[in-house]
Amino acid sequence: MIFGAGILKGMLVTLRSFVNSYFKKPDQGGLFTVEYPEKRLVAKERFRNFPFLVYDEKPEDPRCVACDICAKECPPKCITIVRDADAEGRPLKKPALFDIDLSVCMNCGICEEACPFDAIFMDHEFEIAGTERHQSLLYHKEDLLKSNGYFRQIRPSDAALIDARRKEAEDKKKAALKPAAPPEKKE
Amino acid sequence: METLFIQIKTLLVNAAALVLPPWGVTLSSMIISALAILGLGPLIMMYLTLMERKVLARMQNRIGPNRAGPWGLLQPLADGIKMLTKEDIRPSAADPLLYFLAPILIAVPALMVFAVIPFGKGMTAADLNVGVLYFVALSSTTTLVIFMASWGSRNKYSVLGGMRSVSQMISYEVTLVISVVPILMAAGSLSTQTIVESQSGRWYAATPWGLLSCMIFFICGLAECNRSPFDLPEAESEIVAGYHTEYSGMRFALFYMAEFMNVFSICALTVTLFLGGWQGPLLPSWLWFLIKTYLLIFIVFWFRGTLPRLRADHLMGLAWKFLLPLAVMNIPAAAMSHFLSEPFSTAVPLAILMVSVAVLSFFNKGYAAEKRVYHFTD
Ligand code: SF4
Ligand code: SF4
Repeated sequence: MIFGAGILKGMLVTLRSFVNSYFKKPDQGGLFTVEYPEKRLVAKERFRNFPFLVYDEKPEDPRCVACDICAKECPPKCITIVRDADAEGRPLKKPALFDIDLSVCMNCGICEEACPFDAIFMDHEFEIAGTERHQSLLYHKEDLLKSNGYFRQIRPSDAALIDARRKEAEDKKKAALKPAAPPEKKE
Repeated sequence: METLFIQIKTLLVNAAALVLPPWGVTLSSMIISALAILGLGPLIMMYLTLMERKVLARMQNRIGPNRAGPWGLLQPLADGIKMLTKEDIRPSAADPLLYFLAPILIAVPALMVFAVIPFGKGMTAADLNVGVLYFVALSSTTTLVIFMASWGSRNKYSVLGGMRSVSQMISYEVTLVISVVPILMAAGSLSTQTIVESQSGRWYAATPWGLLSCMIFFICGLAECNRSPFDLPEAESEIVAGYHTEYSGMRFALFYMAEFMNVFSICALTVTLFLGGWQGPLLPSWLWFLIKTYLLIFIVFWFRGTLPRLRADHLMGLAWKFLLPLAVMNIPAAAMSHFLSEPFSTAVPLAILMVSVAVLSFFNKGYAAEKRVYHFTD
């Protein structure tokens, strides 16, 4: 072994990496950095960040029925729900207030799993930085509501499954209602 | 192109001659050279920081600074503005005089050594006949300033860094000076300009003794300006950046600037003494000089990207037990090549040096513990 052979070997490694960074493709030992704001990686379908609420036709009728399950399940307790009521004070099956404090949300996705009405899902959106500490990250119902079309777009396979399941359930309900109707008439 | 800078200077001096008396012309000629160097130093330093960051990044499979301006070319300016606007903190227990003086004084020798560097044919600001001695003398004053900074900060890490710097500098200074001796013997002069001119036929680094001298000089130079792998005095991970722990903002920037200018001047002097200085075909002389210097600077950054920091005892061992005897053996080798005729003038020094390298590396062999064998009883 010559004196300093190890040093030379090490220097070759760094030199190779220096030269490769200019002339090689990422998969052959070149640079693999994706320069974020200009270029970005395609988000994986199951990528999850913050929750959003789904509506089917119009934002005034969200799928959410204000059952409060997600708010109870949420580990850091960042969801606040107040049930809507009609003019006579009878509770309605939709939220009057649906707030998620995104500065507290820990992106766990438990709300999505807990919701029995397929009303809340995890979004791909992550660039939500604000300039203010308390209000800009407190998302209200209006900020959270997004259409089912958007959900289909970001998570096509999940959306297809859920849509199929909902349709099946709907059909079953209709089918259950129809035969039940005639006997009533007979009486 | 060749005499571009000289012509600019002549033009300015002639313009000054129109309005100034003769002594004023001499003075203005000096001032122009001085201003050129004063402007050059910080500019070199600014872009060396960028170059270092880029080179290191590429070696580590990163891109490096590329946000400020095209290819990050404005990054040094952005850094400068950041440094200037930072709060200037002084530890309450610090010695005010030493603490304030050190960052200013450290930039002085770093700039002053530029005076004897021949940037091109006839482009030495001050062609002193003791140029090399001047360089060695000035660059060793840096130690004093570093110790001032570390003592003045009243911080244990700083003092540790300062101590390390002093011990390292003393060890490597000796070897550095001895490694230049063969060159001085061959050129018969201490003037940098004469040394470059004496290499018109053959670079000193093309002879066995010259190559060895060159390597020893370069390694010792790295140790002198506290560059990795000899950056013990400012080891971030051990003693929190050593002597400049307590400095922030522009004061820190001055230390940083001095370090980079020292790197430049060590590389420039290696080029001058061993690699033919500004001599080279086709291109203008100053361009050759800069190309060679920047290649050496690349090697400095390359070392930084590759080698881990030396341990203090290894550092001392390398200087006293390996480099110093080798540098001493180099002197008779160089003398041999001077007095013998052609086939022997290369062969004999080569033989001497190879034997001494072999002997020294044999005696320097570290202790490697025998591999342990475990016997299990079951
Ligand atoms: S989002 Fe789902 S779980 Fe939460 S309140 Fe609405 S329906 Fe209930
Ligand atoms: S993702 Fe987790 S933390 Fe965020 S709102 Fe849903 S349950 Fe709460």
